[in-house]
Amino acid sequence: MSTIKIRAKENSGSVTVKALIKHPMETGQRKNNKTGELIPAHYIQEVVATANGEKVITIYWGPAVSKNPYLTFSYAGSKGDKLEILWVDNKGNKDSNNITIK
Amino acid sequence: MNRRKFLYRTLLTTAVVATSAGVLLTPKRVYAAWPKAAFDEKDLQGALKSVYGESKLFESTKVKLKAPDIAENGAIVPINVKTNLKNVESIMLFVEHNPQPLTSGYKLTSKAEPKIGTRIKMGKTSMVIAAVKSDGKIYSASKEVKVTIGGCGG
Repeated sequence: MSTIKIRAKENSGSVTVKALIKHPMETGQRKNNKTGELIPAHYIQEVVATANGEKVITIYWGPAVSKNPYLTFSYAGSKGDKLEILWVDNKGNKDSNNITIK
Repeated sequence: MNRRKFLYRTLLTTAVVATSAGVLLTPKRVYAAWPKAAFDEKDLQGALKSVYGESKLFESTKVKLKAPDIAENGAIVPINVKTNLKNVESIMLFVEHNPQPLTSGYKLTSKAEPKIGTRIKMGKTSMVIAAVKSDGKIYSASKEVKVTIGGCGG
């Protein structure tokens, strides 16, 4: 299953997208309670959304974005658009998911 | 065109084509643009300078920042920003007293509407600043969010 959950709704030419991504978003400043060692930073750095292959928004995230980040944005679009969201984290992991706007 | 020049140009073109193809094919392409220096800055002025090349912001009522007055849990602070400014290039969110003030940046294309929302972490009570770049100018709105430490939420 994808790590990205997407909900989107079209309303008179404007599509509002809400996405929830499953990710630890570790800042690199937290310590492991048992060992006292720093937990290495692990966070999403870039999220890109495209509609029908055309870029809508590029998002740069730092470690200060909450765990399991939530995101909302909107764009000029219509029903039937294929919306894709892709993320890449600081370790090079990535995932993507897409939906068709209803 | 003499032979030497021709060879040189051919090589150069090949090199350029090869590099751009390489850039396009590597999955890491997307995060080459991630502004590391700006995220690494430890104070607000430095972060603003790193993002915009200057640290002057114009407070504007056209930028609407929605954030809670009191955040009981600093790990999840919902932030919403919208504006009626035109030609918005980017929206940036800063938290003054975080170890790294720049929390996130949103680069909008002409298709996107200038309206974003997310959830951020805050170490302690601080000003949250939303900066919107529109037509080359930087407009901002700020709000203080109190962070309650401890679990009772009193």
